[in-house]
Amino acid sequence: MQVSEERVINIADMNKWYGQFHVLKDINLTVNRGERIVICGPSGSGKSTLIRCINRLEEHQQGSINVDGIELNNDLKNIDAIRREVGMVFQHFNLFPHLTVLENCTLAPIWVKKMPKKEAEEVAMKYLERVRIPEQADKFPGQLSGGQQQRVAIARSLCMNPKIMLFDEPTSALDPEMIKEVLDVMIELAREGMTMICVTHEMGFAKTVANRVIFMDGGQIIEENEPEEFFNNPQSERTQLFLSQILNH
Amino acid sequence: MATTDQYSGGGIVNAGDLPDKPAPIRTDGAIAWMRDNLFDGVSNTLFSLVAFALVLYVLPPALGWLIFNANWSGGAEACRINPDAACWPFVGARWEQFLYGFYEKSERWRLNIILAVLALGIAWLVWEKAPARKFAALFMLSVFPVFAFIMMYGNETLGLPIVDTPQWGGFTLTLVIALSGIVASMPLGILLALGRRSKMPVVSLLSTVFIEFWRGIPLVAVLFMATIMFPLFLPAGVTFDQLLRAVIGVSLFASAYMAEVVRGGLQAIPKGQYEGAMALGLPYPKMMRLIILPQALKIVIPGIVNTFIGLFKDTTLVLIIALFDLLGIVQASIADPNWSIKSVPYTGYVFVAISFWICCYGMARYSRYLEAKLHTGHER
Repeated sequence: MQVSEERVINIADMNKWYGQFHVLKDINLTVNRGERIVICGPSGSGKSTLIRCINRLEEHQQGSINVDGIELNNDLKNIDAIRREVGMVFQHFNLFPHLTVLENCTLAPIWVKKMPKKEAEEVAMKYLERVRIPEQADKFPGQLSGGQQQRVAIARSLCMNPKIMLFDEPTSALDPEMIKEVLDVMIELAREGMTMICVTHEMGFAKTVANRVIFMDGGQIIEENEPEEFFNNPQSERTQLFLSQILNH
Repeated sequence: MATTDQYSGGGIVNAGDLPDKPAPIRTDGAIAWMRDNLFDGVSNTLFSLVAFALVLYVLPPALGWLIFNANWSGGAEACRINPDAACWPFVGARWEQFLYGFYEKSERWRLNIILAVLALGIAWLVWEKAPARKFAALFMLSVFPVFAFIMMYGNETLGLPIVDTPQWGGFTLTLVIALSGIVASMPLGILLALGRRSKMPVVSLLSTVFIEFWRGIPLVAVLFMATIMFPLFLPAGVTFDQLLRAVIGVSLFASAYMAEVVRGGLQAIPKGQYEGAMALGLPYPKMMRLIILPQALKIVIPGIVNTFIGLFKDTTLVLIIALFDLLGIVQASIADPNWSIKSVPYTGYVFVAISFWICCYGMARYSRYLEAKLHTGHER
């Protein structure tokens, strides 16, 4: 799991408000190519909002976000360019229920990248095999289990050949016995060197693959450290409290 | 016994499967169905009996009037002798007029061709195994209207004598107005719905004003305005076809209703669908066309077909601006002194009702079929 020195995401002094509510406060974060970052924190701490700012599902009001050399501003061209480089996996999968699994995967390559249909299908099958559900290709999302749907969602993102993958609580909506199948796919992806930012409460996952763990609370980054240090020797009191709450239940 | 229960400590282990047992009472068959659905409980039994009584009271006389005692042949004379039942010879004598209106007799073959192509086109659209089916919609929406107009109106260079719109009438006129209205109101309604939900205030305001304006006035008023007021705004000498004005009025009217139906569907689509599409890099028009609208329109198929059916029946209102659609022409025929028989008006109206019902029920059935076909897996 090599991490290069090349910066792919650079967030500087970023602030965001919902109306009067200050959700993200002075966020500074850099991510290098191949790095795997886990963001955790209590609910409402702004961790989802933070990663949703990276591909402009949310708009930030102050500071700068730079993704792979592209400045994220109101220029639609830049937003589209960034979205093509950044894949995202959601808590509730957000698969398209009116399309088959295969069509879910080929849609963006065909319509955004102008890939010929046949080639797009080959690519899709390759990734469906990687997430271990090629046999479900012709089913509709509604016919699959939650774990299977989430793996399709991962494959769908990978079909766009993204440089960075964002995971927004990918296992929170899953039944316990399905969490592992999704985490296994994510671990495999991490081992292949994908740059990943994961909002998750799966601390086992964080220990296994993360280079850095970031703890957020109240809209700010409280602590940032290597997993070993983070879990064994948390510095801030808030981190200690959070860890004691999620690890000892 | 197929099961062996083992007790270990305080827990219970049930190893092996339990055998199937027969149901204690019959749960299938006609008697069981009636017991479960018609006579379960006092109130349901009472309702069932009242319903049976009503059917017995209404159905025999209705069938007698319509079919068993009805006059099926013999012209006006037979109907005069037996005036207390339907007079179908009246429809038999006038059906060409009901279908073609006042369209030139020698040119009616042109309408027959249009109707035949229309029927084939609809079959092409509806029949799933039809060859090259993906071109059916394209053909019906682009080639067919032009073809139908040229055939119907005529074209001197093609050797088809002009038959002007005042001569159009009957069921063909009903179809012309209804189909143009349906075809025009659908895309217009979608655009208005998207416009009303737009984040751009001017677009949203204009769409809202348009929708609320057309929804707020009665169709009769729209038709009167199109016929009487609209020409006052035109410079002298400029004329604008009466039928075209009516068609535009009906289309705009229907599109306002359609917009609200579509908006309902758009609001039912979860935010996650937009986010999923945006995260994949789909720009707004593609996101709408490929992800949001297919799902939104599927949800509101019942509402869309409801609007179509309403529009289809509302075409009868063109009667008041002196266009003779099916109802108009039947009403005019009733006044014929040769057919001044008690049962003739009833027969005429029943005939109109049956004709409309068949068309509307056809649309309803097709919508149910579409709903079933587009249903994919479990609900969200």
